[in-house]
Amino acid sequence: MSDPNAVTAVEAPAPQAGPRPGRKSDKPRSLAGDAWIDLRRNKIFWVSVVLVVVILLMAIWPSLFTSADPRACTLANQHKGASGSAYFGYDFQGCDVFAKTVYGARNSIIVGIMSTLLAGVIGMIFGLCAGYFGGWADAVLSRGIDIMLGIPFLLGAIVLSNRLVTENSDGVLAVTLTLGLLTWTSAARVMRSAVISSKNQDYVAAGRMLGAGPGRLMLRHILPNSIASFIVVLTILLGTNIASEATLSFLGVGLKNDAISWGISISEASPYARVATEPLVWPSIFLAATVLAFIMLGDAIRDAFDPKLR
Amino acid sequence: MFRYIVRRLLQMVLTFFGATFVVFALTFANQDDPLQALAGERPITESQRIALTERYHLNESFLTQYWYYMKGLLTGDLGTSLTGQKISAMLANAWPVTLKLALLAIVIAATIAVTAGVYSAIRRGGLFDNVTLVATLVVLAMPIVVLAPLAQLIFGIKLGWFPPTATRDASLYDLLLPALVLGSLVIATELRVTRTSVVENLRADYVRTARAKGLTRRRVIWVHVLRNSLIPVVTLIGVDLGGLMSGAIVTEKIFNIPGVGFNIARAITTEDGPLVVGFVSVLVVIFLIVNLLVDLLYAALDPRIRYE
Repeated sequence: MSDPNAVTAVEAPAPQAGPRPGRKSDKPRSLAGDAWIDLRRNKIFWVSVVLVVVILLMAIWPSLFTSADPRACTLANQHKGASGSAYFGYDFQGCDVFAKTVYGARNSIIVGIMSTLLAGVIGMIFGLCAGYFGGWADAVLSRGIDIMLGIPFLLGAIVLSNRLVTENSDGVLAVTLTLGLLTWTSAARVMRSAVISSKNQDYVAAGRMLGAGPGRLMLRHILPNSIASFIVVLTILLGTNIASEATLSFLGVGLKNDAISWGISISEASPYARVATEPLVWPSIFLAATVLAFIMLGDAIRDAFDPKLR
Repeated sequence: MFRYIVRRLLQMVLTFFGATFVVFALTFANQDDPLQALAGERPITESQRIALTERYHLNESFLTQYWYYMKGLLTGDLGTSLTGQKISAMLANAWPVTLKLALLAIVIAATIAVTAGVYSAIRRGGLFDNVTLVATLVVLAMPIVVLAPLAQLIFGIKLGWFPPTATRDASLYDLLLPALVLGSLVIATELRVTRTSVVENLRADYVRTARAKGLTRRRVIWVHVLRNSLIPVVTLIGVDLGGLMSGAIVTEKIFNIPGVGFNIARAITTEDGPLVVGFVSVLVVIFLIVNLLVDLLYAALDPRIRYE
């Protein structure tokens, strides 16, 4: 996709200056090492890394980007256009759209990362056990996955999130649990097939011969060799979970009360789209860019780890 | 093949009960006081409360309630919503427009995805291929909550090319914009799968044979290669349907289309448990049946695939 020659021309001398070439010749490169060399040349990878860093910075330190308070709203400012003090104008409540958009990154990132980690843990346990033990355990666990896949995602999420959210909370925990509990299936499937393909390798037999138990075999031998595609799936899941959070918040079963979320901003602004477009457009762009950044990142990593797919 | 069908049917029965049970369990546990939700702001007298509790089996045990629910679902009686309307009647009212919307979305998505997929596969690495690859990434990353309001704003309100909302008796033209939005959910994956499998098939021996026989390039690609490449695309339809159902909730809410998704969205805000469970269960059943059919179709389409 990208033109590798252009980048290598710049980057090639750098490794030669360091100790790397010497090491390379004695030691065969690992899969990860190969992938990293591939990734460094991929422009899409660098674009997504820059986007992700900016968004993370926004989530951790929003006051770096704006000095306005997203909750200080004056009705007199209702639907005022963009100006030097409020770059994106004001929304229906007279809140600064730029400040609200910047502060919205935090909830998206928190929900996205935590729910993806939860899905990853559940998926890893399911996938490892189903793949490693096989037979009866695999049949039961795989049927469990089938049942989860029998419920179209958003339908399940609406019902579950509505169930978990409590009266006075901002809904962050509820949405995190909902997304984590409903999205682990793809991770589990990838893990299962990776484990099945690596469990019959010689090094696993060697480990078993040396007396390693199932736990040690799974965690120290099989897992590290099955992890690459699993991480790729999680990176992409992180993007889609952020989108799902916004969708749930939009429908009114996600973040609520005074939580700041791009989904809520979009839902509040869309009825007034005829009057003021900025409160609708900017959160949409930020949301799409965030999701895009994580999906591109996952895509680039997958290409690097699995050149066959190109 | 027969054994495969039987096994697949047995699997579906299990998935069916599992999925409906999960949905029922979640909604059942969700209601804090459905009777008060039904009455709204008005107070309920004790006798009304007793009568309503009796009527909706609210004092029965959880499993008994699930039993009543399954009995109703299997006999086509979905019960009444808390507003007193028959759920089956509401569904009968709502599904035509949703079906129209979904079919339109599938047709649009499949047409664009297959054509563009084949072209980018033929000129792999070319400008068109690179542009579509980036475009599919962008479309994949566009959440429907972004796409639907923006499309409505740009094409419905600012440019005025399409009506920004649609009614129950909407014409195909009225539904075109929402269908495009809905179709975008599945277009990217369909395009990528088509492209990958066409690329793979172009290297196959039968392509060389066909060319050696003197067939035109056009015929080889659009008949021989495409037929073989569409098999994995067909399987996507089953998975895509779940995405379309989810997408329909947001799309119908934004474009004000009184279909199934719109009813679900409204039932959530009015805490109408029976209505949500009724609609969602029917959708889950449809989803499972379509997936079963797609699996069987897959086996029939490609005789090379053998299921034991």
